[in-house]
Amino acid sequence: MLLIPCPWCGPRDEIEFHYGGEAHISRPADPDALDDAAWAEYLFMRNNPKGPFAERWVHNAGCRRWFNIVRDTATHRILAVYKIGERPPRRAGST
Amino acid sequence: MQRYSLLSLARHALGRHRGWTPLWRKAAPRPRYAVVIIGGGGHGLATAYYLAKEHGIRDVAVLEKGAIGLGNTGRNTTIIRSNYLWDESARIYEHSLQLWEGLSAELNFNLMLSQRGVLNLAHTESDVREGRRRVGANRLNGIDAEWLDPAAVQRICPILNISADARYPVLGATLQRRGGVARHDAVAWGYARAADARGVDIVENCEVTAIRTAQGRVTGVETSRGEIAADKVAIAAAGHSSVLAAMAGVRLPLQSHPLQALVSEPVKPVLDCVVMSNTVHVYVSQSDKGELVIGAGIDSFNSYAQRGSFHVIEGQIAALLELFPVFSRLKMLRSWAGIVDVSPDASPIIGKLPVEGLYLNGGWGTGGFKATPGAGHVFAHTIAHDEPHPLARPFALERFASGALIDEHGAAAVAH
Repeated sequence: MLLIPCPWCGPRDEIEFHYGGEAHISRPADPDALDDAAWAEYLFMRNNPKGPFAERWVHNAGCRRWFNIVRDTATHRILAVYKIGERPPRRAGST
Repeated sequence: MQRYSLLSLARHALGRHRGWTPLWRKAAPRPRYAVVIIGGGGHGLATAYYLAKEHGIRDVAVLEKGAIGLGNTGRNTTIIRSNYLWDESARIYEHSLQLWEGLSAELNFNLMLSQRGVLNLAHTESDVREGRRRVGANRLNGIDAEWLDPAAVQRICPILNISADARYPVLGATLQRRGGVARHDAVAWGYARAADARGVDIVENCEVTAIRTAQGRVTGVETSRGEIAADKVAIAAAGHSSVLAAMAGVRLPLQSHPLQALVSEPVKPVLDCVVMSNTVHVYVSQSDKGELVIGAGIDSFNSYAQRGSFHVIEGQIAALLELFPVFSRLKMLRSWAGIVDVSPDASPIIGKLPVEGLYLNGGWGTGGFKATPGAGHVFAHTIAHDEPHPLARPFALERFASGALIDEHGAAAVAH
């Protein structure tokens, strides 16, 4: 069970949250210009590292706000928490 | 290979059973192989076996980072069935089921295949529609499938609670009578023994740390036991597919999650079929030892830690007890997790990767065990001919660009 530090509510039990998958995937600026391979990259291809991973969570049983964390997928240790729109702290070393 | 029979048992009894030999040699890696297979689970070992048996390629090493049978092969809930919706899936899973049916004899190793029937329960109107549609699709593909109403479900499984006021009312179920269970580690041992007898090197405690390429072609691997050159490298490493493909610069549409399971204390025979429920994320069968083997849905977050969160087990047991009130006093003995690599369409990726000489069999998500013989068989063909086996062709990585996805979320039986 994860103890997730919500940036607004503080540390809460994992069951209050919902997982949102990999963070920092931006919708293509010019979708009409994309070929099939670029669409596949945007829609389906994902980082899946064994180690630090930047991911989104939503505190749906609390403040209902989205945020990002960097978590080590090999140890479950949470390395950084930061708000939507921010970049991951460099020290967290996520891919 | 030392063949097993009543006669050999009697002969060894006279020698006080001192003459039995190990199932496979403890091979040390040689500097070069024609084919290196990464991953010594059921899929990798089956691939090596069929490469040697059907394609005459015996210069093969299977590299396993731990010991044989301790990865996902020994962590699944051993369920076998082929009742998938789409033609492409039905063909490859049915190919696998037919191989299962003759495999104990072929490998001269008792895999304890028990075709006791698999029920997939429907709890909602949409489950009913999906289940009936799938039964129809299965029959068109020559796969045995039946639709059962609640009373018929209870005749197959009397301890199931089918009362209309249950929290998860049973509105019906699909039944595949040829489905069932097999002993999972025996599958790995049986393939390892048969592959070893044909000259395949099974190298344990040998973790691949890099995949070497030159001019867009694979040249070998670096491992914890030294460098190994290879003409072809095949990845069959289940949960770690993405990590290995990344070593060759290939991105995959996979996410790795923990999938948890647990077993109860052993009890007298009480459940003689397999019961699965996609909607409430639970599936259960009773092992020959008498333990209930119970599987859950995946944990939502990405992980390689081989453990999940307790609330997933809590939800799974709550659903189990709604379906089977008779289990409420059972104690659970142990729980664990395996790492599953989940694809966007709940179908595997089998075929060539964008690096010449590099092949992938992965992305089986929560359902790879049942596919072990079939996946190994078509993957061996794909490697030997450098060309996808006809049954594997629809499962190529290119489908994510072409859009020809094979959506099996309904038949996958474990919520992704």
